[in-house]
Amino acid sequence: MSQLFSKANMEALTSPLNLNNPVVVQVLGICSALAVTAQLEPAIVMGLSVTIITAFSNLIISLIRNSIPNRIRIIVQLVVVAALVTIVSQVLKAFAYDVSVQLSVYVGLIITNCILMGRLEAFAMMNKPWPSFLDGIGNGIGYAIILVIVAFFRELLGSGTLFGLQVVPQWCYDHGYVNNGMMTMPAMSLIIVGCVIWAHRAYNKELS
Amino acid sequence: MEHLISLFVRSIFVDNMIFAFFLGMCSYLAVSKSVKTALGLGVAVTFVLLITVPVDYCLQQYVLGPDCLVEGVDLSFLSFILFIAVIAAIVQLVEMVVERFSPSLYAALGIFLPLIAVNCAIMGASLFMQQRVTMPDTNSQAITSIWDALAYALGSGIGWLLAITCLAAIREKMAYTDVPRPLQGLGITFITVGLMAMAFMCFSGLNL
Repeated sequence: MSQLFSKANMEALTSPLNLNNPVVVQVLGICSALAVTAQLEPAIVMGLSVTIITAFSNLIISLIRNSIPNRIRIIVQLVVVAALVTIVSQVLKAFAYDVSVQLSVYVGLIITNCILMGRLEAFAMMNKPWPSFLDGIGNGIGYAIILVIVAFFRELLGSGTLFGLQVVPQWCYDHGYVNNGMMTMPAMSLIIVGCVIWAHRAYNKELS
Repeated sequence: MEHLISLFVRSIFVDNMIFAFFLGMCSYLAVSKSVKTALGLGVAVTFVLLITVPVDYCLQQYVLGPDCLVEGVDLSFLSFILFIAVIAAIVQLVEMVVERFSPSLYAALGIFLPLIAVNCAIMGASLFMQQRVTMPDTNSQAITSIWDALAYALGSGIGWLLAITCLAAIREKMAYTDVPRPLQGLGITFITVGLMAMAFMCFSGLNL
């Protein structure tokens, strides 16, 4: 048991949360991080889906890593990822239809999410299954954290709600407060991610 | 004919891959340091789009759609795997052709040529095409024939090319400006893209 959670393994799990974050440090998987963050609910569903897919694709590729010929490894990786994404997409359609409509093509685009390919190439191809699995979970959660932060600000400032519930009280509107409609537009998510990167680098001085 | 032109212009300006859907962000941010390589990548992406979208359109119409291969069977859940296989194969082909006929471009693009396979813009265009096939004829976004698919692919590619060239030109100028330290590099690039996206939002009222 102690071996399963040794220092190196915990490192693989926790470093993507902050210093090695896939979105704000490695700049991977930006597309979906920007597009699905207008509200909290789809952002959380997206974060969870990516975490599950990253963890299991890392696990599967790591299990078969010694039998993949080097020349065709990209195609093998893509097929494994595409199969997992198909499963997740069908599950979402069955159990959370509204969210899957909101996410539209971005569920399918998890296949081309650079976090997956990046982690498969950089970690799963040369590590044992258990550390790879932890690395996948860590990176997925690191991605989900950024999504939730961005979605929180966009939903709060853009429509005054969180998870669809009104949080800005009515008397604010009565006294002249207006929702910033700009926040619900896609362009603002880029600027919010830019500010998150700014804050993250100002806090972790060694990165800049 | 009118429908073709409208589809083409809309996919460049209104449904721009970068500014409206954030597709292909990873290579967009990574390769936009100089105008010359940005142009090369833009042309390569346009070319791959031009081949993959019509091929995927034929697959969707004659293999995957409801009642195509076998009466009463809808194979569209296989679309992720099939589309990504087509894209990977065509990228491999383009890579071989470029290597054979233009070694200098091949050297300049380097790792990003094979990475076009995981460029979300390519997969995204195929998935949007799949969504638009089911739209009624009267919708200005509907794709009803292979010519529509071609016009859509060409427009999306040119839109992507335009976006990456603009950003590269701005970043070349920006190298001489005094940006706060934590914001340098990635942070300011995000905010620039955000401002560019806002400028492109003006086109969203365009009615063709």
